[in-house]
Amino acid sequence: MASRGGGRGQGRGRGQLTFNTEAVGIGKGDALPPSTLQPSPLFPPLEFYPVPLPSGEEGEYVLALKQELRGAMRQLPYFIRPAVPKRDVERYSDKYQMSGPIDNAIDWNPDWRRLPRELRIRVRKLQKDRSTILVPKRPPKTTEYKEETIQKLETLEKKEEELTSEEDEEKEEEEKEEEEEEEYDEEEHEEETDYIMSYFDNGEDFGGDSDDHMDEAIY
Amino acid sequence: MTQAEIKLCSLLLQEHFGEIVEKIGVHLIRTGSQPIRVIVHDTRTSLDQVKKALCVLIQHNLVIYQVHRRGMVEYEAQCSRVLRMLRYPRYIYTAKTLYNDTGELIVEELLLNGKMTMSALVKKVADRLTETMEDGKTMDYAEVSCTFVRLADTHFVQRCPLVHATENSDPGPPPPAPTLVINEKDMFLVPKLSLIGKGKRRRSSEDDATGEPKAKRPKHTTDNKEPIPDDGIYWQANLDRFHQHFRDQAIVSAVANRMDQTSSEIVRTMLRMSEVTTPSSAPFTQPLSSNEIFRSLPVGYNISKQVLDQYLTLLADDPLEFVGKSGDSGGGMYIINLHKALGSLATASLESVVQERFGSRCARIFRLVLQKKHLEQKQVEDFAMIPAKEAKDMLYKMLSENFISLQVTNNVIIINQQSWTRVRETPEEIPKTPDHAPSRTFYLYTVNILSAARMLLHRCYKSIANLIERRQFETKENKRLLEKSQRVEAIIASMQATGAEAAQLQEIEEMITAPERQQLETLKHNVNKLDASEIQVDETIFLLESYIESTMKRQ
Repeated sequence: MASRGGGRGQGRGRGQLTFNTEAVGIGKGDALPPSTLQPSPLFPPLEFYPVPLPSGEEGEYVLALKQELRGAMRQLPYFIRPAVPKRDVERYSDKYQMSGPIDNAIDWNPDWRRLPRELRIRVRKLQKDRSTILVPKRPPKTTEYKEETIQKLETLEKKEEELTSEEDEEKEEEEKEEEEEEEYDEEEHEEETDYIMSYFDNGEDFGGDSDDHMDEAIY
Repeated sequence: MTQAEIKLCSLLLQEHFGEIVEKIGVHLIRTGSQPIRVIVHDTRTSLDQVKKALCVLIQHNLVIYQVHRRGMVEYEAQCSRVLRMLRYPRYIYTAKTLYNDTGELIVEELLLNGKMTMSALVKKVADRLTETMEDGKTMDYAEVSCTFVRLADTHFVQRCPLVHATENSDPGPPPPAPTLVINEKDMFLVPKLSLIGKGKRRRSSEDDATGEPKAKRPKHTTDNKEPIPDDGIYWQANLDRFHQHFRDQAIVSAVANRMDQTSSEIVRTMLRMSEVTTPSSAPFTQPLSSNEIFRSLPVGYNISKQVLDQYLTLLADDPLEFVGKSGDSGGGMYIINLHKALGSLATASLESVVQERFGSRCARIFRLVLQKKHLEQKQVEDFAMIPAKEAKDMLYKMLSENFISLQVTNNVIIINQQSWTRVRETPEEIPKTPDHAPSRTFYLYTVNILSAARMLLHRCYKSIANLIERRQFETKENKRLLEKSQRVEAIIASMQATGAEAAQLQEIEEMITAPERQQLETLKHNVNKLDASEIQVDETIFLLESYIESTMKRQ
């Protein structure tokens, strides 16, 4: 009943509203604001300048904490990096370049008793002499030799303590002022070759930083 | 879960755990409880990746699992827990203020690792503290254990649910997933451990305090050879307790701002006394007598009993109603109205936002409508003493952003002339006349605090998501430059360690040109600002969430 009575003016003639506009404060003949024809701008201009952020010892300490935490969490084994997509052709330098985690293992040791059995997965060896909980779900896809080398690389990568001899080697190397790669440590620990990592730079990353066309010849 | 919350969770997971965990986590948040096969299928990631991600998420208490009929295990994500990751720095800082560096590191390690056993935690923290100490000094395990026990006693850390050790009467296949139970009484019970040892430095040093030969050092932390005394007993940070602490802090500082230091100290004392007696979700604390409060005041405060009584009376009479008087025995029984306090804090946040966004005249109108509950257009103009056109404009601006809402009613209204409040309201009442005749319809502006708080909370989530995105964008833009500067720093550091000359160092430093340095400075400045803003918005989120939670519990 009520709706039928109230809907009398519905849609009959444009500009007719079902309520008395005066009650809401729009007087007769008042200019209404222009109707919007497009979505509001992405960065509308600010009318009032925002209040400055709190500064002071506490604020700065918490800020520093936040940034540290962010950095720290990236280094923890819980940060899972997606595997680097396989290149079209296997290259010799792949053996010595550190890509993401190749095999499907995790780097930390959860308490398997607390987790559902279906989640069990291989734990990567942290040290050569430790036994691992091996519950392989499928045979490793990579060849045996490559697997070994990569395991070795990753073992060395994960070594938690540096012995002094290795430290000296490192310092010696850095004094030569070679361009440092991110995976610097592994260069020195790699025992299979006398060459430094950048020797195997296959040039694929060169020029990749710039936005220039790759077709142009690079001299 | 709203889109804004899901977006924010996605950004947080990606920043802290990487893309794979983010994909799985967001999928679970969106779709609810799912078994692993469905996750693998829907997210199109390999089974092993999904397993990895789930292990990480469960370890960090972001995902829980349940065994359903026919042995299927389903995983469910906890969106609100993911959002807590924003607050980690605040938790750690609080632990530092209460329990110094040791407490800070304990809470930090717990948050970084999700859950840990006490022995592992103590060892790790001792090692970290030893690193920062002078050469030759080490941190004793006993000291760290002591701080840990204090944290457990004040409920800042709690035990995780334990694996239920069932006696298998029938030797059937083991269950697909363990059931985890926790006894309320045992939640803060510290196991009797005798952890003896000292922290170890990571670097090899000749005067190693423990005297262990270097060769033995690789064997440490989760040893397979030694039995761990508190095996299976894991601890996690008790976020609710931290929230209670933040809430108390907010109330105390609000009282300090409104009145003075002494009243805030009185309120702080009352809150401290109620910590153990009152559950954190109660609407008000247990009554405390004025005599008790007087005895529990901090030692430095020597105000007389009379002055204390005067302060208490003042506090109880304050219109904000933080403190209430519940009786007269024992010199006057006083309570703290937690729910009302949270409401006032949330309202203050809303007012502040209106003021900063729309100006102080708008804020005046907002406060007016808040105070008078329902007002007509004309009344707003009269009470606020703002010309009609402007008042209209401002009301509509606030209306369009949902700070104010319009309530339509067609009842005959009896208005109390004194206070201009409506005596009869709600359109749900059977109207005197069945039709919505325009002449008898009233449009009233009102502020619904709960819905305005929800709206503001939603905006806060969006804001933080924007801030994080912008920060990532800025960092990505300057990625090359950042990497270059990191390399140069590493080279300089190693050269300094080997004692290079100043000229060589100078040369290396010049590898970064002056404009590049400027760019780096600007980047650092911007990133700091964005980070600080995130922290600030999270404080508002905390207030609003606490208020909404408290209100929902009462309904």
